[in-house]
Amino acid sequence: MEVFVQQLINGLTLGSIYGLIAIGYTMVFGIIGMVNFAHGDVFMVGSFIALILFMVATSFLGLPVVAALVVVLVLAMALTGLWNWTIERVAYRPLRGSFRLAPLISAIGMSIFLSNLIQVLQGPRNKPLPPMLPGSIQIMGQDATAVAISYKQITIMVVTIVLLALFWWVVQKTPLGRAQRACEQDAKMAALLGINVDRTISITFVMGAALAAVAGVMYLMYYGVVNFSDGFVPGVKAFTAAVLGGIGSLPGAVLGGLLIGLIETMWSAYFTIDYKDVAAFSILAIALIFLPSGILGRPDVEKV
Amino acid sequence: MAESQNGAPKGAVDLGAAIKDSLIATLVMFGLSVPILALRTDQNMENRLILEPRWHYVWIACALVFVGRLLLTLFVWNKGAKIVTKKAATPSDLANAIRPYLGRIGLILIIAYPMVALSITGPQGSIKWIDNFGIQILIYIMLGWGLNIVVGLAGLLDLGYVAFYAVGAYSYAIIATNVIPATIPSLGFWSFWICLPISGLLAAFWGVLLGFPVLRLRGDYLAIVTLAFGEIIRLILINWIAFSNGYAGISSIPRPSFFGIPFNASDVGFAARFGIEFSPIHRTIFLYYVILALALLTAFVTLKLRRLPVGRAWEALREDEIACRSLGINTVSTKLTAFAIGAMFGGFAGCFFAARQGFISPESFVFLESAQILAIVVLGGMGSLIGVVISSIALVGGIEILRELDFLKQVFGPNFDPAQFRMLIFGSAMVVMMLWKPRGLVSKREPTIFLKERKSISGSFVKEGHG
Amino acid sequence: MSTTLLSIDHLTMRFGGLTAVNDLSFAVRKGEITALIGPNGAGKTTVFNCITGFYKPTEGMMTLRHANGRDFLLERMPDHEINWKAKVARTFQNIRLFSGMTVLENLLVAQHNPLMVASGFSILGIFGVKSFKAKEKEAVEHAVYWLEKAGLMDRADDPAGDLPYGDQRRLEIARAMCTRPTLLCLDEPAAGLNPKESADLNALLMTIRKDHDTSILLIEHDMSVVMKISDHIVVLDYGVKISDGTPDFVKNDPKVIAAYLGVEDDESLEAIR
Repeated sequence: MEVFVQQLINGLTLGSIYGLIAIGYTMVFGIIGMVNFAHGDVFMVGSFIALILFMVATSFLGLPVVAALVVVLVLAMALTGLWNWTIERVAYRPLRGSFRLAPLISAIGMSIFLSNLIQVLQGPRNKPLPPMLPGSIQIMGQDATAVAISYKQITIMVVTIVLLALFWWVVQKTPLGRAQRACEQDAKMAALLGINVDRTISITFVMGAALAAVAGVMYLMYYGVVNFSDGFVPGVKAFTAAVLGGIGSLPGAVLGGLLIGLIETMWSAYFTIDYKDVAAFSILAIALIFLPSGILGRPDVEKV
Repeated sequence: MAESQNGAPKGAVDLGAAIKDSLIATLVMFGLSVPILALRTDQNMENRLILEPRWHYVWIACALVFVGRLLLTLFVWNKGAKIVTKKAATPSDLANAIRPYLGRIGLILIIAYPMVALSITGPQGSIKWIDNFGIQILIYIMLGWGLNIVVGLAGLLDLGYVAFYAVGAYSYAIIATNVIPATIPSLGFWSFWICLPISGLLAAFWGVLLGFPVLRLRGDYLAIVTLAFGEIIRLILINWIAFSNGYAGISSIPRPSFFGIPFNASDVGFAARFGIEFSPIHRTIFLYYVILALALLTAFVTLKLRRLPVGRAWEALREDEIACRSLGINTVSTKLTAFAIGAMFGGFAGCFFAARQGFISPESFVFLESAQILAIVVLGGMGSLIGVVISSIALVGGIEILRELDFLKQVFGPNFDPAQFRMLIFGSAMVVMMLWKPRGLVSKREPTIFLKERKSISGSFVKEGHG
Repeated sequence: MSTTLLSIDHLTMRFGGLTAVNDLSFAVRKGEITALIGPNGAGKTTVFNCITGFYKPTEGMMTLRHANGRDFLLERMPDHEINWKAKVARTFQNIRLFSGMTVLENLLVAQHNPLMVASGFSILGIFGVKSFKAKEKEAVEHAVYWLEKAGLMDRADDPAGDLPYGDQRRLEIARAMCTRPTLLCLDEPAAGLNPKESADLNALLMTIRKDHDTSILLIEHDMSVVMKISDHIVVLDYGVKISDGTPDFVKNDPKVIAAYLGVEDDESLEAIR
């Protein structure tokens, strides 16, 4: 029981991170129907930006850790947003409405470019940080079987919930969100009605990247280490989450993220840690084959 | 890192607007380079991270963007339309004159290549040129041609093609190092030739096995599931140590023989039998012709199949799956044959790869390989065999050339390692080539049959498939 | 003369809560042109999709009887077998040609199955066996026959996507005919055609009816076409059959007039009159 509860907590934490990344996939897929293959690497770039900013904030400016985290979070969201905005402008926008494979190949190229750019600029080695926010609250059991929830985990979950609520509000209640949903339904019609489709798409990329940056900060805080190649696997898992939840659906992405996080931690705890990624990828395959529209997605009726 | 060419005024040059535009681009560059470029994280003696500022790079990058963007706005984007129309006429005449002979000229060049390399650089120097360039490029040409069946003809987007390459390589490695020595050791020298068809068949079998559940999926979903399958196979190879020896890989895999005659310095070796002096280059040249033959077999089969009903059904499937079903085409078996045949050639290539390297590990079968093969197919132009050759030479040869740029060390100092820029350039090349030619280098489609006159079909009519 | 080729019995198709076709029964007789008409959204295309296997009907039976007395239960067959075994071919409301392939290639793809058998499922074909070459030549001749009938001989080597709209419509019909069907289902073949193209289409349909053992089932909005060429009309409204009979009978059926008046489609009404 204790093991289960502990894994539940760990899984939800990990799942929050996947969910945050998954939203970027789902929003971009929803609006331009493209798998933004480089999104995992955008997340990694966000994590590196956060790493450097955190070091600047703590060692140069001498901010306390909590204040530093807040500053880092905001700045990392803005700068990663700028990165994704540029990527969209350079690598995807000129290909809009062209051959379907072209943006996918361009995105794969961008993914390779980003991870290797970081390797060149920041070096290939792991980047460890001293643990932030140490300490935890014991919630049940004692000693060997104690179940603890760390401050890091609490922070991750709280930040995730707050940001999700904020983005949910933006998408559902603001004119910007309405424009996004309109472009998702029919970009041509939206343009005819005076919506600036290009701008809406750009903002979608920025929003997705901002959430990926949050995930990057959380990832850095949780694991305390980041590497230039860390974009790929979380990226694929987050995409799995987006598909599992129903691609195009924001709550679906979060739900999918939590599920993937739980499956991964439970698998590691009860089976074998070696095959945890195999489990995640198998679930992706099974989910797509048997549940192609995901848990919360709209079914796609074949039009003859 | 400049943005795309919006807002560039056509006709009259507005210097003020151009400067403003360039300043914005520079500002973006500044935002991007802070803090990733400005501060480098490094471990100090105590293995703690420290920051190493290098703002001068940021200023250089910003200056480059400003100047570049300004020049582009003022001189290139301004009269872009004129230049394009002028250029278009001459090269196409030349290209049309050469086109009918292109295949034959290319083939002769490729066959003569090792001999030319040998005569220019000698037995020692030519190994690099035949092995790193010739064999390496031919492996990718073969993989590209194999994947071309799945992606280019049948329009099924497969991002896990490397899985079949791995199946072929591991089939050979395991059969040749474990099964054959344990059962019929006398066949030792023949193992490559025995295992080649087995590897292909096993890969085809896996192609069907993996193809079956994903038949219903379309487009990007198919791409992601095939990617997942590719990763699953790699992760199993890493973790199932008893089977594959995990990360450590399998070593001392038997090398191919000259149809039973080994390439060694012994009395029964190739050199002794043919009365020539022993040299490792013999095997390299032989390997070159083996992979050339395998690649040509792939091309031959593809060309034949395209003119058969199954090939036409593949292309029809790419054009419109629903129409295919209404015409009585069994789309399940049609897709599976595409998967199986594509996988089979991947398996052959894998078997060859294992035999050439003598050592394989899961590291050789990462997603990047799949991406690279797919990029070769798409950059070449979907369905085009010549296109695959050109893009393989450009991409694979280009990467290999970057290894040779040691002279850059003299320019940028001894710490400068050009090799680390290889994948960076490769990634940006993928993006740039897509922006330049979204439909690939050879986007025209040749009809498989004609009544009166063979007319190439413009790429704008050809569809890219739904799945 | 008028033996039943296809009988639809109590066909019902539901999508979730929506009943697109409700307890529909009618018969398509051999050698006739049967028209399926009705206001937009009446469920006509859904009936087609059930007959050709793209949808599995919720309830009902669809029996196709060949001249040799063999029966095919279409609701139990996968779509490609409905074409290959039961010999039902169709066209689509929004044309579905293989636009990047030439006109001739389109017609050869339609003969996939016999050619596949002749090529020994590709194995013999790779070695260029003579019997396959002969079969392929035959297939090209068959294609040329239909190219001539459809007036597309000059365009044989052009990509299908390059043809004008009217030619594409006729090519799609020619392609369907290349599968040698006993029943040809045409989904709005005259939609979007100009008068000249309409006349060409009518001529093609009349040739099919006169010279071939193929019966036609068509969906059409253009009443001038329907009334001129069909022998038998079935009228659908909201998934239910409201009238069934000869053009004259249907034209004067008060239920039909009411259905068309109900949607206030003056043009259709005038056409019926």
